[in-house]
Amino acid sequence: MAYRPMTQPTSFPLVRNVGYDGVLITFADTMTESSNRAALAFRNAIDALQWEGVFETSASLASAFLRFDPLQLPHAEIEDRVRQVLNQQDWYKAPLPGGRKLWRVPTVYGTDLAPQLDEAAAAAGLSPTEAIRRLSATQVRVLTIGFAPGQPYLGPLGPEFNIPRLKELNPMVPEGALVLAISQFVLFSGPTPTGWRHVGQTAFRCFRPENPQAFALNPGDEMLFHAVSRDELESLRAAGTDGAECQEITS
Amino acid sequence: MSLTVRSIGPACTIQDQGRIGYLDQGLSRSGAADILALHEGAALLGQRPDLAALEMAGMGGVFEATRDMQIALTGAPMQASVDGSPLVWNASHTLAAGQRLQIGAAAKGTYGYLHVGGGIDSAPFLASRSTHLTAKVGRAVQAGDDLPVGATPGKAGRKLRVEDRFSGGLLRVVPSFQTAMFDPATLERFTKTTFQRGTRANRMGMQLESDSEGFAAKGQLNVLSEVITPGDIQMTGTGNPFILLPECQTTGGYPRIATVLPCDLPRAAQTPAGGQLRFEFVTMEQATALMAAFASDLARLPGRVEALVRDPHDIADLLSYQLISGMISATE
Repeated sequence: MAYRPMTQPTSFPLVRNVGYDGVLITFADTMTESSNRAALAFRNAIDALQWEGVFETSASLASAFLRFDPLQLPHAEIEDRVRQVLNQQDWYKAPLPGGRKLWRVPTVYGTDLAPQLDEAAAAAGLSPTEAIRRLSATQVRVLTIGFAPGQPYLGPLGPEFNIPRLKELNPMVPEGALVLAISQFVLFSGPTPTGWRHVGQTAFRCFRPENPQAFALNPGDEMLFHAVSRDELESLRAAGTDGAECQEITS
Repeated sequence: MSLTVRSIGPACTIQDQGRIGYLDQGLSRSGAADILALHEGAALLGQRPDLAALEMAGMGGVFEATRDMQIALTGAPMQASVDGSPLVWNASHTLAAGQRLQIGAAAKGTYGYLHVGGGIDSAPFLASRSTHLTAKVGRAVQAGDDLPVGATPGKAGRKLRVEDRFSGGLLRVVPSFQTAMFDPATLERFTKTTFQRGTRANRMGMQLESDSEGFAAKGQLNVLSEVITPGDIQMTGTGNPFILLPECQTTGGYPRIATVLPCDLPRAAQTPAGGQLRFEFVTMEQATALMAAFASDLARLPGRVEALVRDPHDIADLLSYQLISGMISATE
């Protein structure tokens, strides 16, 4: 059979299928403050309902996701239930989750540790010095965790950093790499190929499988990547620390 | 009680049905690349399908039993023998203490499985024994490792007839939320293209190649990163498809043209390098019916197990047997 397009929904929030056994509830087609809050809050609400037949849930930048067993909970049934919950409140005005933290993480921008800083600065129309000044002063939020264990997508950065991903993948960037595209950072939790530009390097570990608390961050946490010299980072590493400071966000 | 690894191929890992519930922390399920093989091994040994087995990518190893135990061999057929005597694949056998089990390269397919009675009893992490190499949860099994074996014995001397899912073929797919980013002509071309599995393949995903031009979506490089599920067919920046497998990332920005049905993922994962694959869109109603049939096939596996009778092909000195002595002529 040839592919026949489904009816295309036109207004947010969208309820769409992810393959055979997933539902995606999308609050916007760009990452905004309110769509990210809506996704986090809606996902938490669905989790609290503990529907029989739902395996797991997650929140991405502007969407909530449910994976379920369609043999137990048919597609039409779950879609109805999701729409009912959507209609219960204005999810775009939902508050951020409680218990959030602010992390300050020492970061080397540029040098051979993060060789694509100059390229990213040029794409943003800035000098390398100005790009570093702006990036190291922007407090970003954990918008979602994904791609790899414990790995945060962080933002938003200023609109000047709305630069596209690379066409050819970076063959490998190390753990702790801070990479940039589309006004967001990702802080890599392990060595990986990527289509994002490697602009900073930290000693921060997002995934700590040897610890009882295996995942360092939660959606809603905030991070500040302040610039340090290469020597400072090397001495932190030699001392066996990432130099990160963490405090509760009280307001 | 354990199975000692004397030598082993480079990409053998302990796998069960995977780790559910950590998607929100970016940890994908992992689990056996060929979930059907896991169920077949359980049926052969007469045990639960949620026990862990050794998944062997392309090449097995040499193993020594420290006690008498039962084993089963499923998935991609590999040359297997015990102390030099060949073993039937898709069957369960007894491995006596001190005996050496040798498993060679895959004759067809990619992932072979070695199951033990009682399952591999390694320490679970977040409620699963599945190694996740890209997440650095566990590691590949190495020479010198002792694989702990569970206490419950399994049943040996049984076999299963298994259809060939080791040579590529047709994969049924459903449209997913990003399918509409591809124009109808691109989708049409996608279903009419015969792909070859490329050389870049592991438990994260497998690259597909074709003579067709790239399958690009509009605005491909600026899509919001969004949830990924195993079976997604993702287009990289150059429009080359990858089928994503159990260790795939949990979110990503490259658009997905369609998603392979879970019941066809064993066939996808088993496709060897150079093997040919095609795709066919099915409706969600057809997909649900196919998945219901798959679920009942899995449930029926234990009832399909047969006694293992020696096959004449496996008897090395066949010609020395007195095959016709004592035979009575039909005309007498």
